[in-house]
Amino acid sequence: MATQNTKTLARLMMAPSVLLLLVWMIVPLAMTLWFSFQNYNLLDPSNVSFTGLFNYQFFYTDPAFFQSIWNTLVIVGGVLLITVIGGIAIALLLDQPIFGQGIVRILIISPFFVMPPVAALVWKNMIMNPSYGVFADISKFFGLRPIDWFAQYPLFSIVIIVAWQWLPFATLILLTALQSLDGEQKEAAEMDGANFLNRFIYLVVPHLARSITVVILIQTIFLLGVYAEILVTTNGGPGYASTNLAFLIYRTALLGYDVGGASAGGIIAVVLANIVAFFLMRAVGKNLDR
Amino acid sequence: MGSITLQKVSKVFGEAKVIPSIDLEINNGEFVVFVGPSGCGKSTLLRLIAGLEDVSGGHILIDGKDVTDAAPAERGLAMVFQSYALYPHMSVRNNIAFPLKMAKLDKAIIDKKVTDAARVLNLTDYLERRPSQLSGGQRQRVAIGRAIVREPSAFLFDEPLSNLDAALRGTMRLEISDLHHQLKTTMVYVTHDQVEAMTMADKIVVLNRGNIEQVGSPLELYKSPRNLFVAGFIGSPHMNFVNGAYAQSKSAKTAGIRPEHLNLSKDSGLWTGTVKVAEHLGADTFLHLDVDGIGPITARVGGEFGAQYGDRVYLTPDEAKLHRFDDKGIALKA
Repeated sequence: MATQNTKTLARLMMAPSVLLLLVWMIVPLAMTLWFSFQNYNLLDPSNVSFTGLFNYQFFYTDPAFFQSIWNTLVIVGGVLLITVIGGIAIALLLDQPIFGQGIVRILIISPFFVMPPVAALVWKNMIMNPSYGVFADISKFFGLRPIDWFAQYPLFSIVIIVAWQWLPFATLILLTALQSLDGEQKEAAEMDGANFLNRFIYLVVPHLARSITVVILIQTIFLLGVYAEILVTTNGGPGYASTNLAFLIYRTALLGYDVGGASAGGIIAVVLANIVAFFLMRAVGKNLDR
Repeated sequence: MGSITLQKVSKVFGEAKVIPSIDLEINNGEFVVFVGPSGCGKSTLLRLIAGLEDVSGGHILIDGKDVTDAAPAERGLAMVFQSYALYPHMSVRNNIAFPLKMAKLDKAIIDKKVTDAARVLNLTDYLERRPSQLSGGQRQRVAIGRAIVREPSAFLFDEPLSNLDAALRGTMRLEISDLHHQLKTTMVYVTHDQVEAMTMADKIVVLNRGNIEQVGSPLELYKSPRNLFVAGFIGSPHMNFVNGAYAQSKSAKTAGIRPEHLNLSKDSGLWTGTVKVAEHLGADTFLHLDVDGIGPITARVGGEFGAQYGDRVYLTPDEAKLHRFDDKGIALKA
């Protein structure tokens, strides 16, 4: 009886927050869904009417649509690749006993505290600028022609900036996982004749599997909606070369004043995110069960 | 083959001199136990032999070859760790096969060796399980299996039974002894438990503060401990030490008498004492007594000797089995 009462009480106590979260999620989603079937343009806000699937057709036939989806996936995939591999490498280095360990760790983590527009501006003006950026200086030093990053490799530049921001997160999670690896296991492997590479493959990577999964899942959620970095650097261009789905929705809503079309894009983004989540969970989700 | 020689081996951690200097000879096929209280350097000594720690001075020879600077894997030794150190994400089969896989042996040979080892250790039914699905004793056997497939020149055990319950510890003790008789390979075993040392060892090395106090067979150490430390450490319950007038009458600073060498009587004897605690084990009873003019004494009597808290009893030490120590704590010859 006592447990039954506690359970009921616990549910009652949790109900308000669950309800709040549900409303918080359901209301915007329902509104977006509603607007996506409306002909609703801010240039003519008095003339709102039901248009069926026209908004979806409009968004779908936008020449930027497929490219923006592709760009979204490239940003997610590229950043994940760089942060996971780079994160493991840096975590392995930080796990070694070195002089000034605390300072080094804080320095490594600091990019995470820089807000995205600031980080992007720093990269745009101080590092990647073709006339006075650091990369340009390096190119000139070797007698090469400086690269105009945002004109020549717009999407790759975005990937680099976003990866720089997320690398500390991956490093931090993977470093804590690395530190929890049992020292005796490493010694046992050493006695079993495993060299560093074998210890890494057979001992460290399986031990890190769960943390890598967490890094991938959390980062994917945020990377699907990368926006600020694009806005302050390339503004989606040249053409649509660095426009992702989030940025395309922004253009439709706030540059085209087309609330209906943007809402349709939003719903498509939700569907895309769910497809990505589905494949991700199938690929790496089993690591969480162990 | 598997003789190990330590020549003036020392180990320093920063300021702390954990092992000042040790010379030791371990013969091929011997079961040698390093025993001592915690912090005496016994595990460090084992890790030095394994190559997991670098020596600060001296030389380590295995089969006459200097391996002081050799990597752990090159020394041909296998180690069983206190935590077993099994690879948690691999099946039992892959755990046991891992050293063979690292040695790049043929798949068929690996399979055969793993199957053989599993049969010896009664693990055949568990080969596809993960370590987390095994009991403590089974994990222990997997760790031993991983060690024996390599056919090392010597096995190193680092307190392997300390995580098991008392009953299982007894069984595993027998299994390891049995394994030693089957394989006839050198085994070096570290423990703080003198019972494990006494029951398993061919040769016991008693360590204290990084120094060897005495080396000898279990019965040698029991019968003629070289000093107070060994006398107090070997034997259970511990030897009683008596100072003062009684010791002087035997021309010694300290007289040592084991609990089993005291004759107890309810009518007459040399000393009289009051029973403080009586531990009835069935066959034996351990009496913790407060003896008049001497102090606390532990005595071992047969289970039929009825004694309760507060009883007055008479004790007489068996003079022939008395140990005498001088003022430096060194044993005096009879």
